[in-house]
Amino acid sequence: MNKPLRRIAIFCGLLVLTLLIRDNWIQYAQADALKSHEYNRRVSIERYATPRGDIIVDGKAITGSVATEGTDFKYKRTWKNGEMWAPVTGYASQIVGATQLESLEDGILTGNDDRLFFRNTLDMLTGKKKEGGSVVTTLNAAAQKAAFEGLGDRKGAVAAIDPTTGAILALASTPSYDPSAFAGISTKDSEAFSKLEKAKDKPMLNRALRETYPPGSTFKVVTAAAALESGEVGGIDDKTDTPDPYRLPDTTTDLTNEHGVCKNASLRYALMVSCNTVFAKLADNVGNEKMIEMADKFGFNNPELDTPVRAAESVYPEDNRPQNAMGGIGQASNRATPLQMAMVAAAVANDGKLMKPYMVDQLQASDLETIETTEPEELSQPVSAETAQALQQMMETVVNDPQGTGAKAKIDGVTVGGKTGTAQHGLNNSEKPYAWFISYAKTGDGSSPVAVAVVVEDGAANRDDISGGGLAGPIARDVMKAVINSKK
Amino acid sequence: MSSTSNTSTHHTSTIGAIGAPSRRNTELALLVFAVAIPVFAYANVGLAINDEVPSGLLAYGLGLGLIAGVGHLVVRKFAAYADPLLLPLATLLNGLGLVVIWRLDQSERLQQLAERQYGVFSPSAPNQLMYSAVGLALFVAVLVFLKDHRILQRYTYISMVVAIVLLLLPLVPGVGADVFGAKIWINVAGFSIQPGEFAKIIIAIFFSGYLMVKRDALALASRRFMGLYLPRGRDLGPIITIWAVSLLILIFENDLGTSLLFFGMFVIMLYVATERTSWIVIGLLMSAAGAVGVASFASHVQARVDAWLDPFGCYKTSGACEQIGQSIMSFGSGGVMGTGLGQGNSDLIGFAANSDFIFSTFGEELGLAGVMAILLMYGLIIERGIRTALAARDPFGKLFAVGLSGAFALQIFVVAGGVMGLIPLTGMTMPFLAAGGSSVIANWALVGILIRISDTARRPAPTPASNPDAEMTQVVRP
Repeated sequence: MNKPLRRIAIFCGLLVLTLLIRDNWIQYAQADALKSHEYNRRVSIERYATPRGDIIVDGKAITGSVATEGTDFKYKRTWKNGEMWAPVTGYASQIVGATQLESLEDGILTGNDDRLFFRNTLDMLTGKKKEGGSVVTTLNAAAQKAAFEGLGDRKGAVAAIDPTTGAILALASTPSYDPSAFAGISTKDSEAFSKLEKAKDKPMLNRALRETYPPGSTFKVVTAAAALESGEVGGIDDKTDTPDPYRLPDTTTDLTNEHGVCKNASLRYALMVSCNTVFAKLADNVGNEKMIEMADKFGFNNPELDTPVRAAESVYPEDNRPQNAMGGIGQASNRATPLQMAMVAAAVANDGKLMKPYMVDQLQASDLETIETTEPEELSQPVSAETAQALQQMMETVVNDPQGTGAKAKIDGVTVGGKTGTAQHGLNNSEKPYAWFISYAKTGDGSSPVAVAVVVEDGAANRDDISGGGLAGPIARDVMKAVINSKK
Repeated sequence: MSSTSNTSTHHTSTIGAIGAPSRRNTELALLVFAVAIPVFAYANVGLAINDEVPSGLLAYGLGLGLIAGVGHLVVRKFAAYADPLLLPLATLLNGLGLVVIWRLDQSERLQQLAERQYGVFSPSAPNQLMYSAVGLALFVAVLVFLKDHRILQRYTYISMVVAIVLLLLPLVPGVGADVFGAKIWINVAGFSIQPGEFAKIIIAIFFSGYLMVKRDALALASRRFMGLYLPRGRDLGPIITIWAVSLLILIFENDLGTSLLFFGMFVIMLYVATERTSWIVIGLLMSAAGAVGVASFASHVQARVDAWLDPFGCYKTSGACEQIGQSIMSFGSGGVMGTGLGQGNSDLIGFAANSDFIFSTFGEELGLAGVMAILLMYGLIIERGIRTALAARDPFGKLFAVGLSGAFALQIFVVAGGVMGLIPLTGMTMPFLAAGGSSVIANWALVGILIRISDTARRPAPTPASNPDAEMTQVVRP
């Protein structure tokens, strides 16, 4: 019986060998795939095992982490004044994942970024727990507060940038939400999230970055730039050849003005009282192609504007003559995000140079060592320095002239240039108009520390252009003031 | 190792003349490691989970030491020439199993799960320690009372009846219990018993006794067909009976594992007894036919086959798939070195984490290295068992030893292969590692029997009986 016994011994050996091979397959060959499998809860457990790194504004953390109970996801995210900062940070929830900065810089915040690998390995050897790094933003807490509180209960958004660098100083959107409400994984978090998601006034929409509005009269700055650059208008004080009312080309529709004496008005005067006729005619004279070209240079039609959070694409599309003429006063199919209009003001303030907007200044490891610093980057030069200065004079007139629409943005001892806007929308302009205001401030040495764009969705019932200045102007002024004061 | 039992007898008797090595001291030295390693592992778990050496360390160490010590002394006294590896291997596996069961007792996740399902959580480790003691008691009883394994030969047909009764008990209303689809449990006086584990040993007695008697008829009376020696029709009777019983178990008890185990064990023993390869072929064909037939009718089996084929495809919809998926991810997450005891998340498997799926915890926390070590330990037990069969001098002992070792090997393959996703999952447990009284008790008895057979096999042949004629006094027979 020994021969079959030996064979059975070999057979049993093969059984064990098969198990060994299978084990090598799942624990060695397939190990990485299984470790990071989408169904593998360990990925999330590990992710939430340590406090998440913080997002920093003005040297102070605007986020935090708190130990949870009753779940294996040990730490959850908290925000300080979450409603105010949500448009900047986005959310990081155990139940629905992360968005915006929280998502884009997740590697640094969780400490899993490849650039932290060496440090992590070192920490592992010394027995230190893994710690997330921090994201230092360019934001200005005072400006953000001014923006958020200025908007108050109204729907709207504010974007403020430093024209010389492109650093984003404020990014507010109302109504907002507190990401802390659904940071955990409980049913309560889930309910809070779906409630926010279904809310009618879309509190989770980041209006400053992700919503496009008809820019209204604020777009006249771009039209003026195109007219000056193309030579359609010689100087800002030269009379233009404009009828009032102005019949839109190829149509029988007459365009009128809200106020002012716009017939043959100069560019400076036309911007000051916001003449529709002048800018519609100029847009037509410049032509659709060149209008698009100028808009592009200011940052329109760029689907990949990353701050690093990607902004929605602001557009100035190809269109027929009447639409192009209406586009010149920001009332056609052209649309812009508040950030985009802040960029327009910033490029004008920065003598024609448009800097790429960014909100992450530095990425730091947990020991505060800098891993990456964002260098300011020039995006384009939409207009020459002379044209920019001419535009500045015009925008300053809007604020300083007693007849100007932007008087409410005036700041003592500071040069302010601005432009109001009231964008009508809805079927037959039936809905409440959007109140716009874009502006910049210049300090004594001629440099500009801040450019800002404000949009308030529920503008006043009267379609008066003043409403842009009236509703949005003071918010812009407070934001600019906050930036200037914080620089002192 | 001598190649035949004849020379083996000759060989050992030669050594016997100068005193055969009993290897008991080797066993004792190995036992020291077999106790020390689990004690370190226990401390390791405590430090990892609670940042302190567990308070029960001393009691646990003493308990395991006592099991090992008693086992050793009994072997030294009653089976002095036994194989020196079996007892230390069983002790080490039992000890590690206890540690991991205790580790899973500390899992908050499993505690919460138990509270949600049963309203109360009760730790398994104390019970397991008690069962291990009972198992050792049975081991001692086997060695003390079973002086010679050949005595069991007398109970061939009684064993058959007992085994069949044990196998069918779970089907008896009022006694059997349906646990998550598998009817392999009975409730007696508040204890859940898995009779299949005991039937495994008892039916091996029947197979050995039966095949020893019938082997010549089964081997020689055959016709040659296509190069195979086919048995006569009437000789097919026993194998068809066993096949039918296996199928009945599979269909009515939903227990693929036990069914496979019995049939596999029978085919192995039949092959060893008759030396006819045709039995293997016939056995494989019959098990394939049975498995395919049942798989296409029983939904319970079907679900497990689906889970085996693509655990992640049906992960969200089927509990069977999720279990296997969790188990495989547990192994994968352990990687080569493992997370370290107490630091993994194998408790995500949830239900049966410390019984059927205990091997996944070893996989995650001890890694590829630990799992290979444990598989090799099982391999050693199996090969020492087959070596015992080779060394045994009587055909009954040979068949009995190879039957038990073969069944042990099949069980390891079916369970480990099941949790690693190599084959469809069955409802069996890893011998010695998994929580469960029946399993640990039955397997201690199994090791006891192997030690008894190996002692008989390795014991030097008794000195020839002195010639009665030469005696001073002669008995006058009436």
